[in-house]
Amino acid sequence: MRDPLVREYRTIQSIRGPLLFTKRPPNVAAGDMVTILVDAGDKRDGQVIELNEKHAVIQVFGMTDRISPDYTLVRFKEESVKINLSPLCLGRVYSGGGEPIDDMPTPAPSKRSDVYGSAINPVSRDIPEDFIQTGVSAIDGLNTLVRGQKLPIFSCSGLPANELATMIMANAGTEQDHENFSIVFAGMGITSREADYFRRSFVQSGAVEHAVLFINLADDPVIERLLTPRFALTMAEYLAFDLGRHVLVVLTDMTNYCNALREISSAREEIPGRRGYPGYLYTDLAGIYERAGRIKGKKGSITQLPILTMPDDDITHPAPDFTGYITEGQIVLDRGLNRKGIFPPIEVLPSLSRLMDQGIGEGRTREDHRQVADQLYMLYARGVEQRRIASIIGEEGLTDMDRKYLEFADTFENEYLNQGTESRSITETLRISWKLMGDFSDPELIRLDKEYIAKYKPERQDNEPSGD
Amino acid sequence: MSGAAVSRISGPAVEAKGVVRCFMGEVVRIGSEKLIGEVIRIENDLATIQVYEETIGLRIGDPVEQSGELFAVELGPGLMGSIFDGVQRPLTRLLEGWGDNIRRGGSIHRLDRKKRWEFEPAVRVGDMVEYGSILGFVRETRLVTHKIMTPARTEGVVAEVKSGGYTISDPVVILEDGTGITMKQQWNIRHPRPKAERVSLTSPLVTGQRIIDSMFPVAEGGVAIIPGGFGAGKTVLEQTIAKFSHADIVIYIGCGERGNEMADTLDQLTTLTDPSTGDSLMDRTILIANTSNMPVAAREASIYTGITVAEYYRDMGYKVLALADSTSRWAEALREISSRLEEIPGEEGYPTYLVSRLGAFYERAGKAKIAGRKNQTGSITIVGAVSPPGGDFSEPVTQASLRLASTFWGLDSQLAYQRHFPAINWSISFSLAYRDMAKWYMEKIGKDWPAMIDRTMKIMAKEEELSEIVKIVGIDSLEDKERLTLEAGRLIREGYFRQSAVHPVDAYCSISKQAKILAAFLEHVDAMKGALDRGAGINDMTGSAVSEKLLRLKESAGDTIDEAISELRVERKKLFKSLETQ
Repeated sequence: MRDPLVREYRTIQSIRGPLLFTKRPPNVAAGDMVTILVDAGDKRDGQVIELNEKHAVIQVFGMTDRISPDYTLVRFKEESVKINLSPLCLGRVYSGGGEPIDDMPTPAPSKRSDVYGSAINPVSRDIPEDFIQTGVSAIDGLNTLVRGQKLPIFSCSGLPANELATMIMANAGTEQDHENFSIVFAGMGITSREADYFRRSFVQSGAVEHAVLFINLADDPVIERLLTPRFALTMAEYLAFDLGRHVLVVLTDMTNYCNALREISSAREEIPGRRGYPGYLYTDLAGIYERAGRIKGKKGSITQLPILTMPDDDITHPAPDFTGYITEGQIVLDRGLNRKGIFPPIEVLPSLSRLMDQGIGEGRTREDHRQVADQLYMLYARGVEQRRIASIIGEEGLTDMDRKYLEFADTFENEYLNQGTESRSITETLRISWKLMGDFSDPELIRLDKEYIAKYKPERQDNEPSGD
Repeated sequence: MSGAAVSRISGPAVEAKGVVRCFMGEVVRIGSEKLIGEVIRIENDLATIQVYEETIGLRIGDPVEQSGELFAVELGPGLMGSIFDGVQRPLTRLLEGWGDNIRRGGSIHRLDRKKRWEFEPAVRVGDMVEYGSILGFVRETRLVTHKIMTPARTEGVVAEVKSGGYTISDPVVILEDGTGITMKQQWNIRHPRPKAERVSLTSPLVTGQRIIDSMFPVAEGGVAIIPGGFGAGKTVLEQTIAKFSHADIVIYIGCGERGNEMADTLDQLTTLTDPSTGDSLMDRTILIANTSNMPVAAREASIYTGITVAEYYRDMGYKVLALADSTSRWAEALREISSRLEEIPGEEGYPTYLVSRLGAFYERAGKAKIAGRKNQTGSITIVGAVSPPGGDFSEPVTQASLRLASTFWGLDSQLAYQRHFPAINWSISFSLAYRDMAKWYMEKIGKDWPAMIDRTMKIMAKEEELSEIVKIVGIDSLEDKERLTLEAGRLIREGYFRQSAVHPVDAYCSISKQAKILAAFLEHVDAMKGALDRGAGINDMTGSAVSEKLLRLKESAGDTIDEAISELRVERKKLFKSLETQ
């Protein structure tokens, strides 16, 4: 049986990297999917990326070995990349190319969607303003995550970003609407050790039932990596806006994604921008990150938690840099804190949540939340500054006041940041904040309203009750 | 009937073969979905087209329709309070036809054709009209009166004038030669609308932000740029200026930025009201939203669409503020299209014409006598955000912008890390326009204002120098007098430069309040100096309740500020006296 819309051609003329140059069959459109029939039983997928009157340029998803102009057939499908969607996709594991890899039958599709999506009309967007309790003080207290936000974790190689992500995934759904919470996980170019870690932690936490996993391993085709996040986000959009679920999308590792894009771009002989990355890296990343949000009149939401490794710990590298320009803030991990044994090692000064103000305050978290966060930032920034000075001139050179800030920086790291894997409620996070600020006199707490100081600041001589 | 057809497809660049009498900039419609594009290169009968929509699904041989027209925006009542995409498609009305996501093609009128506007004539039968003459008025929103002007290439004697409710396609004035003039007109976005004569820039555009208005003001009709790495607060600053600046009209161009941010801007401007009239601020605002995941070619067009609309309102005699966030995304769009055309790149892959295009854009700012009505003036002030990769100001877009701008607000990530907002770094920022505006300040505030600003800058420069010394040898090496300068710098930074964008009182600070607060700070510094001479200890004066009071002055509303200052004076006298006699 043969689909009348499908045509096969033996017309490959040249092969360069992952690109095939074929004669252009009539009717083929930009973006169409193709199947490459290498020889008996060996099929690969590809996509038409450029067309002129004589030629079609095809990007192969997979290896190009054994593809030959002499005997390989190209089958043009006359449609772009699509994925089958169904409520039964929950609990399933897919390859980075969108094929199930958990030895279970493919669920019957209730919808088939184009993976590239289309931009949400800004007028349709609803303001993200629902607080998500991640259980992590440095996030909940200082860089609050809200539903519909995209907040990446900037990590360095060797730092526990995956552990932090697991902690957030475990907590983000434990609220009133647990029933409606889903996780979509996309692993791009991750090692099988990392993939195992995530799969295991999904099973252990029981989250696996309301999760969909897409896994492209480090030795899987590079070009598939470019589609992995798009499969994941199309799935997330279906779960959120068709089924009304609150979806947390974890994308790791975006640096691998950027490198895959660079690899393909150089095979296409495009003019490179910074550090060899293509000039359209920003636009391409935006096509992924902008698929987070809420839509007016619809119940669900998509919250994105991309993870990326900063090569050489450099935050100005194009991958974190362009990401930071698109996402609504960033959580930055720090090697120094990790070395001190602090978990999670979140460096709060360069971390930021742009949508924080909309998710906190009276009726959401607590009235004093904004000011407490500002005050902690100010005290800690000053403490870190004193630490730098002390490292040059020695602690003796500091005034008593400066030494107080210095001590604050240490206590803040040990008591506020360092919470281990135990999660904290926002009330607990705020309680610890006030306890730490209790060492300062009222005029030093310039960012706090007097009424909040009167209401929340613990008495200095008061012994803190142990345990809470 | 042209028989042109698609012959090559490469991302947003498409080639069409068989074009007839094609000209540069001609608008074409491609394929069955009629995607909009603009001709950017012609070789014989082969035209290269920049397509403003996603080209996936196009085929070789798809028909290309030539329109015979340049790319133009539609100008007329209905612009104000609306939100458009980069090629002026009305996003609110698209919602009704398309649902929540942006689709392709389709033809929708830029401005509502059905709505009736109450036209109130300003000419009489027998009057002579030419380009720019005002024909009548329409109350467009509660804040804006739209002036209907004679379009280009139209002049003559008025034969008939209508009055009452009409749509924008109905003729409201008919000339003796039979020409019917409607309330709408077209204008090519890449051509500046003419101005009669530029006038010099002698007054600031007040923004209500202390560090801007006092230290680095932007002139009405001038250009300010805001470069800053991510998280330095460019967008919040632009939003704040959009809300509080003393402009009649605000055009906010979201060029390749975040969708949630545009939604937020729209929401804030709709709910925020003008303190003097109680009307929604959206009533004086037009949003152009081409978010980062919308087609890249339309992003390139969006800043021209925005600035053309700005010029139209300038020609009505308004004080227009155009905010572009971000010009870097526009430059990247330019780079992407250039690379698809296989042009030889200049610095960092940007096309060599980047600098001249940026220059042409910024030159559309200015204050001018209006073409056709020389007795009136209008102005456009441009505030452009720049997003330098890695926060590195040496990159091409920042450098080109720096040469073109008269005011520079350099954002500093270090300040942002300390949550000091607006994170404008006072030691690198500048305002070249200050000298020309000194007279305005002296008349509005007082003769000594320039001297106060100079003194403040000196304190800040000295503070920076001293901080460096402290970092190396410790604070003990400083004399008390120097420590006093350090303290003065800290107070000004914390209590004057730092301004909350969300605090109900502090978010906007009037010029007169700015003057009073700055005077109070300088007076406090003098008082500390006096007390120090009379034997008070520097440590007792810093961190006292009095300095806390000083730091909180900005939180006092305009009508209680005098009282707060005199209270401060009394308390300080008491405290310092006790310190001196110890």
